Amino acid sequence: MDETLPLTVLYFAWLRERVGVAEERVAAPASARDVGALVDWLIGRSAGHAAAFARRDVVRCAVNQEFAAPEAALHAGDEVAFFPPVTGG
Amino acid sequence: MARVAIQTEDFDTGAELAALTSGRTDIGGIGCFVGTVRQTAEGVALAALTLEHYPGMTERALEAIAAEAERRFPLLGCTVIHRVGRLDPGANVVLVLAASAHRQAALDATWFLIDWLKTKAPFWKQEVFADGTARWVAAREADTKAAARWGATQAGQEAPG
Repeated sequence: MDETLPLTVLYFAWLRERVGVAEERVAAPASARDVGALVDWLIGRSAGHAAAFARRDVVRCAVNQEFAAPEAALHAGDEVAFFPPVTGG
Repeated sequence: MARVAIQTEDFDTGAELAALTSGRTDIGGIGCFVGTVRQTAEGVALAALTLEHYPGMTERALEAIAAEAERRFPLLGCTVIHRVGRLDPGANVVLVLAASAHRQAALDATWFLIDWLKTKAPFWKQEVFADGTARWVAAREADTKAAARWGATQAGQEAPG
């Protein structure tokens, strides 16, 4: 059984600025089986991550380029993106 | 069949209208919305607007939004072009065209497309001021309400909260 969950994590707008990178490949613990649990783990990675997720209620997520809720399940190889509410148009 | 594009370069509204209607005699009306960069943000002069997006997801989201418009309205053509990168005051940002046999569907579809685009496509605006400072634009509750009036989502699901 796999001990870790390999994921590509992307950050946009002010989340990218706070984390300090636009993209990172992570080996999340197997316990990070949904988006919310992944955020719990990411927060511990650096002060920048903690700052990015300081207001979790405003952070939006997409898994494999589709909007996803905190309870959305994660699988090995998923592309998980975090960003503020969108402001195009 | 919708035309969807994300690009740094400007678009030519007249050329896009011509392309949409070229050789067609079934179209009776075309709704058109052009979004442009306002020169001030809450009274402060803007040097530029920078638009960031999520390559890959943006294309999918715009195609899903256009497909949803085609499901809801009897469209005979539809164009959505969104610019990204640094844009000066007065510059074009977004173009929405919706063609139909009658004005009601053309205008309603144009409203629908811009309302959904503003809340479901992964673009982020940053205001850049003359002194070099920058500020990310916050999402507006009014935009969420405008999108909600079109009812439940079938494509491009926005996360709750």
